[in-house]
Amino acid sequence: MRSESLVSITDYSKEEILDLLEQAKKFEENPNRKVLEGKVIATLFFEPSTRTRLSFETAVNRLGGRVIGFSDASTTSSTKGETLKDTIMMVSNYVDLIIMRHYLDGAARYASEVSSIPIINAGDGANQHPSQTMLDLYSIYKTQGKLEGLNITMVGDLKYGRTVHSLLMAMSHFKPTFHFVAPEELKMPEEYKIYCNKLGIPYQEHQDFTEDVINQADILYMTRVQRERFTDLMEYEKVKNIYTLHNQMLENSKPNLRILHPLPRVNEIAYDVDDNPKAYYFEQAKNGLYARQAIICKVLGIEI
Amino acid sequence: MAVHKKELEVAALENGTVIDHIPSNQLFKVVSLLGLEHINKSITIGNNLISKKIGHKGIIKIADTFFKEDEINKIALIAPNAKINIIKDYQVIEKRVVTLPDELIGIIHCNNPKCITNNEPMNTVFRVIDKETITVKCKYCERAISQKDIEIR
Repeated sequence: MRSESLVSITDYSKEEILDLLEQAKKFEENPNRKVLEGKVIATLFFEPSTRTRLSFETAVNRLGGRVIGFSDASTTSSTKGETLKDTIMMVSNYVDLIIMRHYLDGAARYASEVSSIPIINAGDGANQHPSQTMLDLYSIYKTQGKLEGLNITMVGDLKYGRTVHSLLMAMSHFKPTFHFVAPEELKMPEEYKIYCNKLGIPYQEHQDFTEDVINQADILYMTRVQRERFTDLMEYEKVKNIYTLHNQMLENSKPNLRILHPLPRVNEIAYDVDDNPKAYYFEQAKNGLYARQAIICKVLGIEI
Repeated sequence: MAVHKKELEVAALENGTVIDHIPSNQLFKVVSLLGLEHINKSITIGNNLISKKIGHKGIIKIADTFFKEDEINKIALIAPNAKINIIKDYQVIEKRVVTLPDELIGIIHCNNPKCITNNEPMNTVFRVIDKETITVKCKYCERAISQKDIEIR
């Protein structure tokens, strides 16, 4: 295995994705493997994030590695005007791997170019968040037993949601059928529809979140409709409750249906859904640990 | 004498490069894109000349200077129909059209204010994703920009 940065999910081929899922399965069977003994890993979080940072740090700790880093850029020299390049050059002299979250789009690609050691992108602005995509794929694979030929229904903010864009790109290897459910203001951007057209991937767009759409789905991927995305708050008030999933809407859904959400949720999934066995979002977050352990090992070229 | 009028408008070149059929409103952008202000050879610039093809055109003649193909091809971004004539001993020895290269380094400004290239001292890199419509994509923030929104740095 080569040792190489992971910036975007499109850096990986279909085979590499499938291989990572197999690795993640091994980590789920036994997450405590001391393969990072003697290694130091930096987690540089220029933008705060609870879930992603904790799950990466847990992943490293369970693999026997040590973690240095920061979770808030205001305590670092970037507040003194240090460039990202200088920070990366300095840190890459100390550690074996950098896991970085940054508020600017493209920061991870740039860091991977200036760094002498591999970088894992833990989110760069509104651009990419490949470890989230890997845990989404692992969750789909685990609950459906396959990735091929599934009906993936994405609901909510499909315009700005980077997780849905990356998931769409990654799933495009596996002959999916997509349903995009979103208000007019938050529709799936044209470039992703063109992408589907080019690959001959069927998709349908809906403005209404109906049981008819839900009943066809294998995966219901919910996202948060954020108030700050709307120019017209009247528009927000109109749509904010339309894209909320309630338990009774799942009555006639497929038995294999699972509901995914990248979290945090606000009001797009009602609390009465949590006890439904089809609700999968908390386990999905747990899968993040195994997916990230698999990514760390791949990036460092460690075979298990 | 009408026949010689053109020659009087733009002087003939002994050796060098002629860039013809530049849209008039792009002429000075072409000058700066090629960094002609840093060349100390004699340069003749004509603008708003009558052209049968494009109405008004600009023309640039640079003496004793020959550009590398990649270097001159970047003007395709703003003057896709420009013609390059290579002159030796007053003779046109080569005629070329410009074609957009696959990658443009340090030329385009990324119009996403949250892009790392607008926040770090670094070059931009754009990949041409559609040569017909001239659509480019930032290597870093991965946003696509169409021709009408392209800004030269």
